[in-house]
Amino acid sequence: MKVLVAVKRVIDYNVKVRVKPDNTGVDLANVKMAMNPFCEIAVEEAVRLKEKGVASEIVVVSIGPKACQEQIRTALALGADRGIHIETDEEVQSLEAAKLLKSVVEKEEPKLVILGKQSIDSDNNQTGQMLAALTGMGQGTFASEVVVEGEKVNVTREVDGGLMTVALKLPAVVTTDLRLNEPRYASLPNIMKAKKKPLDSMTPADLGVELAPRLSTLKVEAPASRQAGVKVADVAELVDKLKNEAKVI
Amino acid sequence: MSILVIAEHDNSSLKQATLNVVAAAKAIGGDIDVLVAGENCGAVGEAAAKAEGVSKVLVADNAVYGHFLGENLGELVAEVGKDYSHILAAAGTTGKDFMPRVAALLDVAQVSDIMRVESEDTFVRPIYAGNAMATVKSSDSIKVITVRPTAFDPVAGEGGSATVESLDVVKDAGLSQFINEEMAQSDRPDLASAGIVVSGGRGMQNGENFKMLEQIADLLGAAVGASRAAVDAGFVPNDMQVGQTGKIVAPQLYIAVGISGAIQHWAGMSESKVIVAINKDEEAPIFQVADYGLVADLFEAVPQLEEELKKVL
Repeated sequence: MKVLVAVKRVIDYNVKVRVKPDNTGVDLANVKMAMNPFCEIAVEEAVRLKEKGVASEIVVVSIGPKACQEQIRTALALGADRGIHIETDEEVQSLEAAKLLKSVVEKEEPKLVILGKQSIDSDNNQTGQMLAALTGMGQGTFASEVVVEGEKVNVTREVDGGLMTVALKLPAVVTTDLRLNEPRYASLPNIMKAKKKPLDSMTPADLGVELAPRLSTLKVEAPASRQAGVKVADVAELVDKLKNEAKVI
Repeated sequence: MSILVIAEHDNSSLKQATLNVVAAAKAIGGDIDVLVAGENCGAVGEAAAKAEGVSKVLVADNAVYGHFLGENLGELVAEVGKDYSHILAAAGTTGKDFMPRVAALLDVAQVSDIMRVESEDTFVRPIYAGNAMATVKSSDSIKVITVRPTAFDPVAGEGGSATVESLDVVKDAGLSQFINEEMAQSDRPDLASAGIVVSGGRGMQNGENFKMLEQIADLLGAAVGASRAAVDAGFVPNDMQVGQTGKIVAPQLYIAVGISGAIQHWAGMSESKVIVAINKDEEAPIFQVADYGLVADLFEAVPQLEEELKKVL
Protein backbone atom coordinates (compact mmCIF):
# COMPACT_ATOMS: atom_id res chain seq x y z
CA MET A 1 0.00 0.00 0.00
CA LYS A 2 0.99 3.57 -0.58
CA VAL A 3 1.84 5.76 2.40
CA LEU A 4 1.82 9.55 2.28
CA VAL A 5 3.87 11.45 4.84
CA ALA A 6 3.66 15.20 5.39
CA VAL A 7 6.75 16.97 6.72
CA LYS A 8 7.30 20.55 7.85
CA ARG A 9 10.39 22.73 7.91
CA VAL A 10 10.66 24.46 11.28
CA ILE A 11 13.21 26.13 13.49
CA ASP A 12 15.57 23.54 15.05
CA TYR A 13 14.15 22.41 18.37
CA ASN A 14 17.29 23.35 20.30
CA VAL A 15 17.24 26.98 19.22
CA LYS A 16 16.20 29.51 21.82
CA VAL A 17 13.84 31.66 19.79
CA ARG A 18 13.90 35.44 19.90
CA VAL A 19 10.87 37.64 19.43
CA LYS A 20 11.47 40.47 16.94
CA PRO A 21 11.71 43.91 18.56
CA ASP A 22 8.78 45.18 16.44
CA ASN A 23 6.59 42.32 17.78
CA THR A 24 5.65 41.07 14.31
CA GLY A 25 6.93 37.57 14.90
CA VAL A 26 9.88 35.42 15.81
CA ASP A 27 13.25 36.16 14.24
CA LEU A 28 13.96 33.36 11.75
CA ALA A 29 16.82 35.08 9.88
CA ASN A 30 20.01 33.01 10.04
CA VAL A 31 18.45 30.54 12.43
CA LYS A 32 19.09 26.83 12.03
CA MET A 33 16.10 25.09 10.44
CA ALA A 34 15.31 21.38 10.45
CA MET A 35 12.56 18.85 9.92
CA ASN A 36 9.92 19.07 12.67
CA PRO A 37 10.78 16.29 15.16
CA PHE A 38 7.28 14.75 15.02
CA CYS A 39 7.53 14.64 11.20
CA GLU A 40 10.83 12.73 11.45
CA ILE A 41 8.98 10.15 13.51
CA ALA A 42 6.27 9.99 10.82
CA VAL A 43 8.89 9.35 8.12
CA GLU A 44 10.57 6.70 10.26
CA GLU A 45 7.26 4.90 10.84
CA ALA A 46 6.53 4.86 7.10
CA VAL A 47 10.01 3.48 6.37
CA ARG A 48 9.52 0.77 9.00
CA LEU A 49 6.18 -0.16 7.41
CA LYS A 50 8.01 -0.50 4.10
CA GLU A 51 10.70 -2.64 5.67
CA LYS A 52 8.01 -4.91 7.08
CA GLY A 53 6.53 -5.28 3.61
CA VAL A 54 3.35 -3.43 4.60
CA ALA A 55 4.03 -0.25 2.62
CA SER A 56 5.01 -0.43 -1.04
CA GLU A 57 5.69 3.22 -1.75
CA ILE A 58 6.33 6.23 0.46
CA VAL A 59 5.48 9.67 -0.88
CA VAL A 60 6.62 12.64 1.17
CA VAL A 61 5.00 16.06 0.84
CA SER A 62 5.93 19.45 2.22
CA ILE A 63 4.30 22.86 1.88
CA GLY A 64 6.29 26.08 1.98
CA PRO A 65 9.09 28.06 0.39
CA LYS A 66 11.78 26.59 -1.89
CA ALA A 67 13.95 25.75 1.12
CA CYS A 68 11.46 23.01 2.14
CA GLN A 69 13.04 20.84 -0.52
CA GLU A 70 15.89 20.33 1.93
CA GLN A 71 13.50 18.60 4.34
CA ILE A 72 11.96 16.55 1.51
CA ARG A 73 15.48 15.42 0.50
CA THR A 74 16.13 14.48 4.12
CA ALA A 75 12.99 12.31 4.10
CA LEU A 76 14.09 10.75 0.80
CA ALA A 77 17.48 9.99 2.34
CA LEU A 78 15.71 8.29 5.24
CA GLY A 79 13.89 5.98 2.85
CA ALA A 80 10.94 7.77 1.22
CA ASP A 81 10.60 7.04 -2.51
CA ARG A 82 9.56 10.36 -3.99
CA GLY A 83 8.71 13.87 -2.97
CA ILE A 84 6.05 16.47 -3.65
CA HIS A 85 6.76 20.10 -2.90
CA ILE A 86 3.86 22.52 -2.77
CA GLU A 87 5.67 25.77 -3.19
CA THR A 88 4.44 29.00 -1.65
CA ASP A 89 6.05 31.90 0.14
CA GLU A 90 2.78 32.80 1.86
CA GLU A 91 1.93 31.82 5.42
CA VAL A 92 -0.01 28.54 5.34
CA GLN A 93 -2.33 27.89 8.28
CA SER A 94 -3.51 24.45 9.40
CA LEU A 95 -6.86 24.50 7.59
CA GLU A 96 -5.19 25.51 4.33
CA ALA A 97 -2.46 22.92 4.80
CA ALA A 98 -5.17 20.32 5.32
CA LYS A 99 -6.94 21.45 2.13
CA LEU A 100 -3.70 21.25 0.14
CA LEU A 101 -2.97 17.81 1.56
CA LYS A 102 -6.51 16.74 0.75
CA SER A 103 -5.93 17.43 -2.95
CA VAL A 104 -2.67 15.49 -2.79
CA VAL A 105 -4.54 12.61 -1.13
CA GLU A 106 -7.14 12.68 -3.90
CA LYS A 107 -4.41 12.45 -6.55
CA GLU A 108 -2.20 9.89 -4.86
CA GLU A 109 -4.86 7.82 -3.10
CA PRO A 110 -2.66 6.58 -0.24
CA LYS A 111 -3.98 3.97 2.18
CA LEU A 112 -2.33 5.63 5.11
CA VAL A 113 -1.38 9.25 5.73
CA ILE A 114 1.10 9.89 8.53
CA LEU A 115 1.75 13.33 10.02
CA GLY A 116 3.39 14.57 13.19
CA LYS A 117 0.94 15.41 15.99
CA GLN A 118 2.09 19.03 16.09
CA SER A 119 4.76 21.31 14.72
CA ILE A 120 7.03 22.79 17.33
CA ASP A 121 6.71 26.32 15.93
CA SER A 122 2.96 26.99 15.81
CA ASP A 123 2.13 24.21 18.33
CA ASN A 124 -1.35 23.93 16.79
CA ASN A 125 -1.89 20.17 16.73
CA GLN A 126 -4.63 20.46 14.07
CA THR A 127 -3.55 19.51 10.55
CA GLY A 128 -3.91 15.72 10.74
CA GLN A 129 -7.36 15.91 12.30
CA MET A 130 -8.49 18.51 9.75
CA LEU A 131 -7.19 16.41 6.87
CA ALA A 132 -9.02 13.37 8.25
CA ALA A 133 -12.25 15.37 8.47
CA LEU A 134 -11.93 16.80 4.96
CA THR A 135 -11.19 13.42 3.39
CA GLY A 136 -13.74 11.57 5.52
CA MET A 137 -11.10 9.30 7.02
CA GLY A 138 -10.72 7.99 10.54
CA GLN A 139 -7.95 9.44 12.68
CA GLY A 140 -5.45 7.86 15.04
CA THR A 141 -3.96 10.86 16.79
CA PHE A 142 -0.96 10.89 19.18
CA ALA A 143 0.05 7.38 18.11
CA SER A 144 2.61 5.41 20.07
CA GLU A 145 1.99 2.17 18.16
CA VAL A 146 0.67 1.51 14.66
CA VAL A 147 -0.22 -2.00 13.45
CA VAL A 148 -1.72 -2.52 10.00
CA GLU A 149 -3.95 -5.59 9.81
CA GLY A 150 -5.63 -6.19 6.47
CA GLU A 151 -8.06 -3.36 5.80
CA LYS A 152 -7.65 -1.90 9.27
CA VAL A 153 -5.02 -0.17 11.29
CA ASN A 154 -4.81 -0.50 15.05
CA VAL A 155 -3.46 2.64 16.64
CA THR A 156 -2.45 2.91 20.28
CA ARG A 157 -2.90 6.52 21.32
CA GLU A 158 -1.32 8.47 24.14
CA VAL A 159 -4.24 10.04 26.00
CA ASP A 160 -4.57 11.88 29.32
CA GLY A 161 -4.48 9.15 31.92
CA GLY A 162 -2.81 6.43 29.86
CA LEU A 163 -3.12 4.64 26.54
CA MET A 164 -6.10 3.88 24.33
CA THR A 165 -6.22 1.59 21.30
CA VAL A 166 -8.59 2.15 18.40
CA ALA A 167 -9.11 0.27 15.14
CA LEU A 168 -9.50 2.47 12.07
CA LYS A 169 -10.79 1.56 8.63
CA LEU A 170 -8.23 2.19 5.90
CA PRO A 171 -7.58 4.65 4.38
CA ALA A 172 -6.84 6.54 7.59
CA VAL A 173 -4.80 9.38 9.03
CA VAL A 174 -2.30 8.79 11.83
CA THR A 175 -0.46 11.49 13.78
CA THR A 176 2.70 10.57 15.64
CA ASP A 177 3.63 11.02 19.25
CA LEU A 178 7.23 11.11 20.39
CA ARG A 179 7.27 7.56 21.64
CA LEU A 180 6.19 5.93 18.38
CA ASN A 181 9.78 5.23 17.36
CA GLU A 182 13.38 6.42 17.40
CA PRO A 183 14.16 7.99 14.00
CA ARG A 184 17.31 6.77 12.24
CA TYR A 185 20.07 8.92 10.83
CA ALA A 186 20.53 9.20 7.08
CA SER A 187 23.78 7.64 5.87
CA LEU A 188 25.98 9.48 3.39
CA PRO A 189 25.33 7.01 0.53
CA ASN A 190 21.58 7.40 1.14
CA ILE A 191 21.90 11.18 1.14
CA MET A 192 23.66 10.94 -2.24
CA LYS A 193 21.01 8.55 -3.59
CA ALA A 194 18.23 10.85 -2.36
CA LYS A 195 19.46 13.55 -4.73
CA LYS A 196 18.39 11.37 -7.66
CA LYS A 197 14.95 10.51 -6.33
CA PRO A 198 12.01 12.25 -8.05
CA LEU A 199 10.69 15.48 -6.54
CA ASP A 200 7.66 17.15 -8.13
CA SER A 201 7.04 20.78 -7.50
CA MET A 202 3.63 22.40 -7.71
CA THR A 203 1.79 25.43 -6.39
CA PRO A 204 -1.44 25.77 -4.38
CA ALA A 205 -3.05 27.11 -7.58
CA ASP A 206 -2.10 23.89 -9.42
CA LEU A 207 -4.05 22.02 -6.77
CA GLY A 208 -6.99 24.41 -7.02
CA VAL A 209 -6.59 25.63 -3.44
CA GLU A 210 -6.73 29.31 -2.66
CA LEU A 211 -4.83 30.38 0.41
CA ALA A 212 -7.20 32.41 2.56
CA PRO A 213 -5.86 32.71 6.10
CA ARG A 214 -8.61 33.14 8.70
CA LEU A 215 -6.39 34.05 11.60
CA SER A 216 -4.29 37.17 11.65
CA THR A 217 -1.46 37.56 14.11
CA LEU A 218 -1.73 41.01 15.67
CA LYS A 219 1.46 40.76 17.66
CA VAL A 220 4.00 38.36 19.06
CA GLU A 221 5.56 39.08 22.43
CA ALA A 222 8.12 37.49 24.67
CA PRO A 223 6.48 35.74 27.62
CA ALA A 224 6.72 37.40 31.01
CA SER A 225 10.26 36.69 32.07
CA ARG A 226 11.02 34.92 35.27
CA GLN A 227 14.06 35.80 37.29
CA ALA A 228 16.24 33.38 39.16
CA GLY A 229 15.32 33.37 42.81
CA VAL A 230 17.59 32.42 45.64
CA LYS A 231 19.80 29.45 46.30
CA VAL A 232 19.21 27.87 49.67
CA ALA A 233 21.97 26.26 51.69
CA ASP A 234 20.17 23.14 52.81
CA VAL A 235 16.89 21.28 52.98
CA ALA A 236 15.89 22.82 56.32
CA GLU A 237 16.19 26.31 54.86
CA LEU A 238 14.23 25.24 51.80
CA VAL A 239 11.32 23.92 53.86
CA ASP A 240 11.40 27.00 56.07
CA LYS A 241 11.21 29.32 53.03
CA LEU A 242 8.40 27.33 51.44
CA LYS A 243 6.41 27.45 54.65
CA ASN A 244 7.11 30.92 55.95
CA GLU A 245 8.15 33.00 52.94
CA ALA A 246 6.30 31.54 49.95
CA LYS A 247 3.56 30.04 52.14
CA VAL A 248 2.89 27.26 49.64
CA ILE A 249 3.02 24.32 52.05
CA MET B 1 -23.19 35.77 21.43
CA SER B 2 -23.77 32.17 22.31
CA ILE B 3 -21.04 29.87 23.44
CA LEU B 4 -21.00 26.09 23.43
CA VAL B 5 -18.61 24.48 25.89
CA ILE B 6 -17.88 20.80 25.36
CA ALA B 7 -17.63 19.11 28.77
CA GLU B 8 -14.64 16.98 29.61
CA HIS B 9 -15.58 13.96 31.71
CA ASP B 10 -15.18 10.22 32.18
CA ASN B 11 -18.90 9.35 31.85
CA SER B 12 -19.34 9.43 35.64
CA SER B 13 -17.89 12.74 36.79
CA LEU B 14 -17.25 16.15 35.32
CA LYS B 15 -13.56 17.02 35.07
CA GLN B 16 -12.44 20.27 36.62
CA ALA B 17 -11.00 21.41 33.29
CA THR B 18 -14.59 21.99 32.16
CA LEU B 19 -14.99 24.65 34.86
CA ASN B 20 -11.82 26.35 33.64
CA VAL B 21 -13.21 26.37 30.10
CA VAL B 22 -16.52 27.85 31.32
CA ALA B 23 -14.40 30.59 32.92
CA ALA B 24 -12.82 31.30 29.52
CA ALA B 25 -16.33 31.37 28.01
CA LYS B 26 -17.39 33.94 30.66
CA ALA B 27 -14.41 36.07 29.68
CA ILE B 28 -15.73 36.08 26.09
CA GLY B 29 -19.23 36.90 27.32
CA GLY B 30 -22.63 35.68 26.21
CA ASP B 31 -24.94 32.76 26.92
CA ILE B 32 -23.05 29.62 27.85
CA ASP B 33 -24.40 26.17 27.03
CA VAL B 34 -22.56 22.99 27.89
CA LEU B 35 -22.65 19.85 25.76
CA VAL B 36 -22.08 16.57 27.58
CA ALA B 37 -21.53 13.75 25.12
CA GLY B 38 -20.90 10.26 26.45
CA GLU B 39 -22.46 7.00 27.48
CA ASN B 40 -24.52 6.73 30.69
CA CYS B 41 -23.35 10.23 31.46
CA GLY B 42 -26.51 11.58 33.16
CA ALA B 43 -24.62 12.38 36.37
CA VAL B 44 -22.18 14.49 34.39
CA GLY B 45 -25.05 16.48 32.94
CA GLU B 46 -26.41 17.12 36.47
CA ALA B 47 -22.97 18.23 37.63
CA ALA B 48 -22.53 20.56 34.66
CA ALA B 49 -25.91 22.17 35.39
CA LYS B 50 -24.58 23.29 38.78
CA ALA B 51 -21.60 25.12 37.30
CA GLU B 52 -21.70 28.88 37.72
CA GLY B 53 -22.73 30.83 34.62
CA VAL B 54 -24.12 27.95 32.58
CA SER B 55 -27.61 28.51 31.17
CA LYS B 56 -28.32 25.19 29.50
CA VAL B 57 -26.83 21.71 29.47
CA LEU B 58 -27.32 19.45 26.46
CA VAL B 59 -26.79 15.77 27.11
CA ALA B 60 -26.06 13.45 24.18
CA ASP B 61 -26.10 10.05 25.84
CA ASN B 62 -25.31 7.25 23.42
CA ALA B 63 -22.90 4.32 23.15
CA VAL B 64 -21.30 5.91 20.07
CA TYR B 65 -19.86 8.67 22.30
CA GLY B 66 -18.79 6.34 25.13
CA HIS B 67 -15.09 6.40 24.32
CA PHE B 68 -14.96 9.96 22.99
CA LEU B 69 -13.89 8.90 19.49
CA GLY B 70 -12.87 12.00 17.53
CA GLU B 71 -14.78 11.04 14.39
CA ASN B 72 -18.15 10.73 16.17
CA LEU B 73 -17.67 13.67 18.52
CA GLY B 74 -16.46 15.79 15.61
CA GLU B 75 -19.67 15.25 13.68
CA LEU B 76 -21.87 15.74 16.73
CA VAL B 77 -20.21 18.97 17.84
CA ALA B 78 -20.15 20.36 14.30
CA GLU B 79 -23.90 19.69 14.04
CA VAL B 80 -24.86 21.08 17.45
CA GLY B 81 -22.29 23.88 17.35
CA LYS B 82 -23.19 25.40 14.00
CA ASP B 83 -25.71 27.75 15.61
CA TYR B 84 -23.23 29.11 18.15
CA SER B 85 -20.70 31.92 17.80
CA HIS B 86 -18.01 30.11 19.79
CA ILE B 87 -17.26 26.45 20.47
CA LEU B 88 -14.84 25.81 23.32
CA ALA B 89 -13.19 22.70 24.73
CA ALA B 90 -10.28 22.03 27.06
CA ALA B 91 -6.94 21.47 25.34
CA GLY B 92 -6.57 17.95 26.75
CA THR B 93 -6.00 14.97 24.49
CA THR B 94 -9.75 14.57 23.86
CA GLY B 95 -10.31 18.20 22.88
CA LYS B 96 -7.16 18.26 20.77
CA ASP B 97 -8.44 15.17 18.97
CA PHE B 98 -12.00 16.15 18.01
CA MET B 99 -11.94 19.96 17.88
CA PRO B 100 -9.84 20.37 14.70
CA ARG B 101 -12.25 17.91 13.11
CA VAL B 102 -15.13 20.17 14.14
CA ALA B 103 -13.32 23.20 12.71
CA ALA B 104 -12.64 21.49 9.38
CA LEU B 105 -16.25 20.26 9.09
CA LEU B 106 -17.45 23.83 9.68
CA ASP B 107 -14.73 25.17 7.35
CA VAL B 108 -13.27 27.48 9.98
CA ALA B 109 -9.83 27.81 11.53
CA GLN B 110 -9.14 26.66 15.07
CA VAL B 111 -7.39 28.69 17.73
CA SER B 112 -5.45 26.21 19.87
CA ASP B 113 -4.63 26.35 23.55
CA ILE B 114 -5.64 29.94 24.35
CA MET B 115 -4.31 31.45 27.57
CA ARG B 116 -6.12 34.78 27.50
CA VAL B 117 -9.23 36.33 25.99
CA GLU B 118 -8.68 39.84 24.62
CA SER B 119 -12.09 40.19 23.01
CA GLU B 120 -14.72 38.03 21.37
CA ASP B 121 -12.47 37.40 18.37
CA THR B 122 -8.97 38.01 19.71
CA PHE B 123 -7.02 35.59 21.86
CA VAL B 124 -3.52 35.08 23.22
CA ARG B 125 -1.81 31.72 22.74
CA PRO B 126 1.69 30.38 23.18
CA ILE B 127 3.87 29.40 20.22
CA TYR B 128 7.40 27.97 20.00
CA ALA B 129 7.02 25.91 23.17
CA GLY B 130 5.81 28.94 25.11
CA ASN B 131 8.83 31.04 24.16
CA ALA B 132 6.55 33.55 22.45
CA MET B 133 2.97 34.65 23.00
CA ALA B 134 0.92 35.38 19.89
CA THR B 135 -2.18 37.58 19.87
CA VAL B 136 -4.41 36.25 17.10
CA LYS B 137 -7.65 37.56 15.65
CA SER B 138 -10.12 35.21 14.02
CA SER B 139 -12.23 36.36 11.06
CA ASP B 140 -14.41 33.24 11.08
CA SER B 141 -18.11 33.43 11.90
CA ILE B 142 -17.76 30.51 14.32
CA LYS B 143 -14.73 30.51 16.56
CA VAL B 144 -13.52 27.02 17.36
CA ILE B 145 -11.17 27.26 20.33
CA THR B 146 -9.30 24.96 22.66
CA VAL B 147 -8.50 26.44 26.07
CA ARG B 148 -5.49 25.84 28.28
CA PRO B 149 -7.29 25.01 31.54
CA THR B 150 -4.47 26.12 33.85
CA ALA B 151 -4.60 29.65 32.40
CA PHE B 152 -8.14 30.32 33.70
CA ASP B 153 -9.38 30.13 37.28
CA PRO B 154 -12.30 27.69 37.37
CA VAL B 155 -15.86 28.93 37.93
CA ALA B 156 -17.67 27.55 40.97
CA GLY B 157 -18.89 24.01 40.47
CA GLU B 158 -21.89 24.54 42.75
CA GLY B 159 -24.73 27.01 42.90
CA GLY B 160 -25.71 27.15 39.23
CA SER B 161 -29.12 25.98 38.07
CA ALA B 162 -29.03 25.39 34.36
CA THR B 163 -31.73 23.48 32.56
CA VAL B 164 -30.81 20.02 31.31
CA GLU B 165 -32.05 18.83 27.93
CA SER B 166 -31.36 15.54 26.33
CA LEU B 167 -30.27 15.49 22.73
CA ASP B 168 -31.01 12.56 20.51
CA VAL B 169 -28.52 13.40 17.80
CA VAL B 170 -26.64 10.18 17.04
CA LYS B 171 -23.57 10.54 14.86
CA ASP B 172 -21.69 7.40 14.13
CA ALA B 173 -19.06 8.06 11.50
CA GLY B 174 -18.36 4.33 11.30
CA LEU B 175 -14.66 4.97 10.79
CA SER B 176 -13.21 3.90 14.09
CA GLN B 177 -13.78 1.46 16.87
CA PHE B 178 -12.61 1.43 20.47
CA ILE B 179 -10.49 -1.63 21.27
CA ASN B 180 -9.17 -1.12 24.79
CA GLU B 181 -7.48 1.26 27.17
CA GLU B 182 -4.83 1.06 29.82
CA MET B 183 -5.24 3.83 32.32
CA ALA B 184 -2.57 4.47 34.93
CA GLN B 185 -3.99 3.93 38.42
CA SER B 186 -3.25 6.56 41.00
CA ASP B 187 -4.80 7.81 44.22
CA ARG B 188 -2.93 11.09 43.93
CA PRO B 189 -4.52 14.24 42.55
CA ASP B 190 -4.76 14.70 38.80
CA LEU B 191 -1.46 16.05 37.49
CA ALA B 192 -2.97 18.78 35.32
CA SER B 193 -4.98 20.32 38.17
CA ALA B 194 -2.90 19.49 41.27
CA GLY B 195 -1.96 22.34 43.59
CA ILE B 196 1.51 20.91 44.13
CA VAL B 197 3.55 18.85 41.67
CA VAL B 198 6.74 16.94 42.44
CA SER B 199 8.59 15.98 39.26
CA GLY B 200 11.59 13.79 38.59
CA GLY B 201 13.97 13.72 35.65
CA ARG B 202 16.83 11.67 34.33
CA GLY B 203 18.69 12.28 37.59
CA MET B 204 16.30 9.87 39.33
CA GLN B 205 18.27 7.07 37.60
CA ASN B 206 15.46 4.50 37.68
CA GLY B 207 11.76 3.97 38.25
CA GLU B 208 12.29 2.52 41.71
CA ASN B 209 13.73 5.82 42.92
CA PHE B 210 10.49 7.63 42.00
CA LYS B 211 9.11 6.07 45.20
CA MET B 212 11.08 8.75 47.07
CA LEU B 213 9.13 11.41 45.19
CA GLU B 214 5.86 9.59 45.76
CA GLN B 215 6.46 9.71 49.51
CA ILE B 216 7.06 13.46 49.35
CA ALA B 217 3.98 13.83 47.15
CA ASP B 218 1.83 11.91 49.63
CA LEU B 219 2.97 14.19 52.45
CA LEU B 220 2.09 17.27 50.43
CA GLY B 221 -1.04 15.92 48.74
CA ALA B 222 0.78 16.49 45.48
CA ALA B 223 0.79 14.86 42.04
CA VAL B 224 3.95 13.29 40.63
CA GLY B 225 5.25 14.37 37.22
CA ALA B 226 8.27 13.61 35.11
CA SER B 227 10.46 15.03 32.37
CA ARG B 228 10.55 13.45 28.93
CA ALA B 229 13.98 12.00 29.72
CA ALA B 230 12.49 10.06 32.64
CA VAL B 231 9.60 8.81 30.51
CA ASP B 232 11.79 7.82 27.55
CA ALA B 233 14.16 5.99 29.88
CA GLY B 234 11.15 3.96 31.00
CA PHE B 235 11.24 5.15 34.63
CA VAL B 236 7.56 6.15 34.60
CA PRO B 237 4.56 6.02 32.20
CA ASN B 238 4.13 8.70 29.56
CA ASP B 239 0.97 10.20 31.06
CA MET B 240 3.18 11.65 33.80
CA GLN B 241 5.18 13.74 31.34
CA VAL B 242 5.18 17.50 31.87
CA GLY B 243 6.22 19.63 28.90
CA GLN B 244 5.49 20.91 25.41
CA THR B 245 4.45 17.45 24.28
CA GLY B 246 3.07 16.24 27.60
CA LYS B 247 0.87 17.92 30.17
CA ILE B 248 0.85 21.61 30.94
CA VAL B 249 0.72 22.28 34.67
CA ALA B 250 0.53 25.50 36.67
CA PRO B 251 0.48 24.51 40.34
CA GLN B 252 1.13 26.71 43.35
CA LEU B 253 4.34 24.79 43.91
CA TYR B 254 6.43 22.83 41.40
CA ILE B 255 9.35 20.84 42.75
CA ALA B 256 11.78 19.74 40.01
CA VAL B 257 14.11 17.01 41.15
CA GLY B 258 17.01 15.92 38.92
CA ILE B 259 15.58 17.89 35.97
CA SER B 260 17.94 20.12 33.99
CA GLY B 261 15.17 22.37 32.66
CA ALA B 262 15.20 22.04 28.85
CA ILE B 263 13.00 24.42 26.79
CA GLN B 264 10.50 21.64 26.16
CA HIS B 265 10.08 20.90 29.86
CA TRP B 266 9.88 24.56 30.73
CA ALA B 267 6.98 24.88 28.29
CA GLY B 268 4.95 22.62 30.55
CA MET B 269 5.52 24.23 33.94
CA SER B 270 6.65 27.83 33.48
CA GLU B 271 3.35 29.19 34.79
CA SER B 272 3.84 27.54 38.18
CA LYS B 273 3.64 30.05 41.03
CA VAL B 274 6.68 28.87 42.95
CA ILE B 275 9.36 26.69 41.38
CA VAL B 276 11.85 24.72 43.45
CA ALA B 277 14.83 23.00 41.83
CA ILE B 278 16.94 20.29 43.43
CA ASN B 279 19.90 19.43 41.24
CA LYS B 280 23.53 18.63 41.84
CA ASP B 281 24.64 20.53 38.73
CA GLU B 282 24.69 24.19 39.70
CA GLU B 283 24.90 25.15 36.00
CA ALA B 284 21.57 23.43 35.22
CA PRO B 285 19.26 25.88 33.34
CA ILE B 286 16.46 25.20 35.81
CA PHE B 287 18.30 27.32 38.39
CA GLN B 288 17.92 30.38 36.15
CA VAL B 289 14.17 30.29 36.69
CA ALA B 290 13.69 28.55 40.03
CA ASP B 291 12.47 30.65 42.95
CA TYR B 292 14.33 28.39 45.35
CA GLY B 293 17.29 26.36 44.21
CA LEU B 294 19.13 23.72 46.17
CA VAL B 295 22.41 22.45 44.77
CA ALA B 296 22.61 18.98 46.24
CA ASP B 297 22.61 15.30 45.45
CA LEU B 298 18.96 14.41 45.26
CA PHE B 299 19.59 11.05 46.90
CA GLU B 300 20.59 12.90 50.05
CA ALA B 301 18.28 15.89 49.69
CA VAL B 302 15.00 14.09 48.99
CA PRO B 303 15.05 11.86 52.10
CA GLN B 304 16.02 14.92 54.17
CA LEU B 305 13.15 16.83 52.59
CA GLU B 306 10.79 14.07 53.66
CA GLU B 307 12.05 14.30 57.26
CA GLU B 308 11.80 18.10 57.32
CA LEU B 309 8.31 18.06 55.85
CA LYS B 310 7.16 15.57 58.48
CA LYS B 311 8.30 18.05 61.12
CA VAL B 312 6.35 21.02 59.77
CA LEU B 313 3.23 19.43 58.28
